[in-house]
Amino acid sequence: MVINNSHEQITSIPKAEVADLDFYYGSFHALKGINMTLPEHSVTALIGPSGCGKTTFLRCFNRMHDLYPGNRYEGSIWLDKDTNILGRKVDPIEVRMRISMVFQRPNPFPKSIYENVAYGLRVRGENNRRLMDEKIEDALRVSALWDEVKDRLNESAYNLSGGQQQRLCIARALVADPEIVLFDEPTSALDPIATASIEELMSTLKDRVTILIVTHSMQQAARISDHTAFMYLGELIEFGRTKDVFNKPLNQQTEDYISGRIG
Amino acid sequence: MPTTNLRKLRTNLNRRKLINSGFAFLGATIIAIAIIILLGLTLKMAFQGAERITPEFFTSFPSRRASRAGILSAWVGTCLVMLVTAMAAIPLGVASGIYLEEYAKKNWLADLIEINVTNLAGVPSIIYGLLALGLFVYELRLGQSILSAGLTLALLILPVVIVTTRESIRAIPNSLREASYALGASKWQTIWDHILPYSFGSILTGVIIGLSRAIGETAPIITIGALTFIAFLPKSPFKSEFPFLSFEWLQAPFTVMPIQMFNWVSRPQAAFEINAAAAGTVLIGMTLGINAIAIFLRYQLRKDIKW
Ligand SMILES: Nc1ncnc2c1ncn2[C@@H]1O[C@H](COP(=O)(O)OP(=O)(O)OP(=O)(O)O)[C@@H](O)[C@H]1O
Ligand SMILES: [Mg+2]
Repeated sequence: MVINNSHEQITSIPKAEVADLDFYYGSFHALKGINMTLPEHSVTALIGPSGCGKTTFLRCFNRMHDLYPGNRYEGSIWLDKDTNILGRKVDPIEVRMRISMVFQRPNPFPKSIYENVAYGLRVRGENNRRLMDEKIEDALRVSALWDEVKDRLNESAYNLSGGQQQRLCIARALVADPEIVLFDEPTSALDPIATASIEELMSTLKDRVTILIVTHSMQQAARISDHTAFMYLGELIEFGRTKDVFNKPLNQQTEDYISGRIG
Repeated sequence: MPTTNLRKLRTNLNRRKLINSGFAFLGATIIAIAIIILLGLTLKMAFQGAERITPEFFTSFPSRRASRAGILSAWVGTCLVMLVTAMAAIPLGVASGIYLEEYAKKNWLADLIEINVTNLAGVPSIIYGLLALGLFVYELRLGQSILSAGLTLALLILPVVIVTTRESIRAIPNSLREASYALGASKWQTIWDHILPYSFGSILTGVIIGLSRAIGETAPIITIGALTFIAFLPKSPFKSEFPFLSFEWLQAPFTVMPIQMFNWVSRPQAAFEINAAAAGTVLIGMTLGINAIAIFLRYQLRKDIKW
């Protein structure tokens, strides 16, 4: 298959560069020779049909695959040109402290709202109550949740609605000032209103972090992302500015997917 | 919908509802029978022994005269032995469970260990007694002491604690583990901050089941040489001068409640049977006491965990 994914050169500074990334679940070759850059302070969307490897790709960035035996990476992901995330000597814990993640289903801890967000700081041994209060309020404000929960920070996170829980998870992922935040279909379990509020906060987040988001919704990708990558069967088929990928896709498969013929 | 179809649907529905209520009735009956029998036996014993349950009964040593005999050495022995058992079995069992579930590689060795641990839970307790006699009493020279007895019972309930710990840990949704790791938590932080607190309640249940089994065990304790008649107490674990704790009691000879009961039941005089019934009632009370502690602990922890 000839892959032509050379859109107009992306000019922004790369926050991360993926070079010849291959990933294996045991003997299953899930990602095949991926090359891509993640432009700093922008939203990059990953789209593609179910099972094409979006989640797998996303979880390479914070070494989540290390948690399970039999998984293997090849190639590299350079962070700021100087740290290879996949490098043997790089501690996955260090990577996860710099790159945080929001999962497909909200997964708050069965603790209070406050403690949920606080945990992002507590892992680092932060104990200063004043500083934590400040950071937690800030994170909850950025996640557009503060006004809804400021009077019940000690209540269980499980009392929140699904959309609120997801925003809580976003606050938890943001509280320790990560450099990149990974989102795996963060709105797929939410209703349109909750989805809209999360999409809105995504665009404000850009100033603070670099975002990589998996989404099944083409409209969502078009609405919120600056760059879009289209994946198919473990390969990166096309990557470029969102308006280019959507308006003049270079590849037949991309065009088919975007127009709803595959997937 | 045509009426015939609707009628058919309703007949079918009624039949399924009948089966459902039939089973509910059956279940309720069986539970009622079980509870009535259990309650009957307990109450019969309690009534039989009631006249002997006086303060003196708890503060007197055994005696040849039934009316003067008490359970002082027995309940103190049981408490101390259970203390040793809990101190040994809980940390060891919980740590093993955590290690096997969270750290150990999942391979044939892990499977082998799992099968063996599960099977160990079913080994007759007298076998543990023989093992302990050889290991603790003779090999390690711990003597026929409270320490030996506590360790023997700890060995006996260790499989239960390990198995319940593993199952409680396994029941925690993986998404919570991933949430913790994704924030940069180490394995130990994930275990300590999340896995243990969230599974504490179920682990505690396993520990209580184990301790409740241990408190009533006679065979392994007799095997390692508990005395049946003992008229003094072990040295107190507390003392007035620094460091305020003393461990001499660990080496003391001892007896425990079930052995005292067994001893009384095997006497020919009817008066001793009343003593046995009274001691049995106290033993049940002690078991309930352990459960009460568990409920209290679980309640305390609930305050922080908000499912
Ligand atoms: N733990 C695993 N072990 C083995 N194969 C896996 C594992 N997880 C995913 N796969 C396989 O890897 C491929 C990519 O899966 P992945 O979850 O990345 O897809 P996805 O693009 O995120 O799909 P979706 O849009 O449905 O979430 C699939 O073929 C899947 O079956
Ligand atoms: Mg996915």
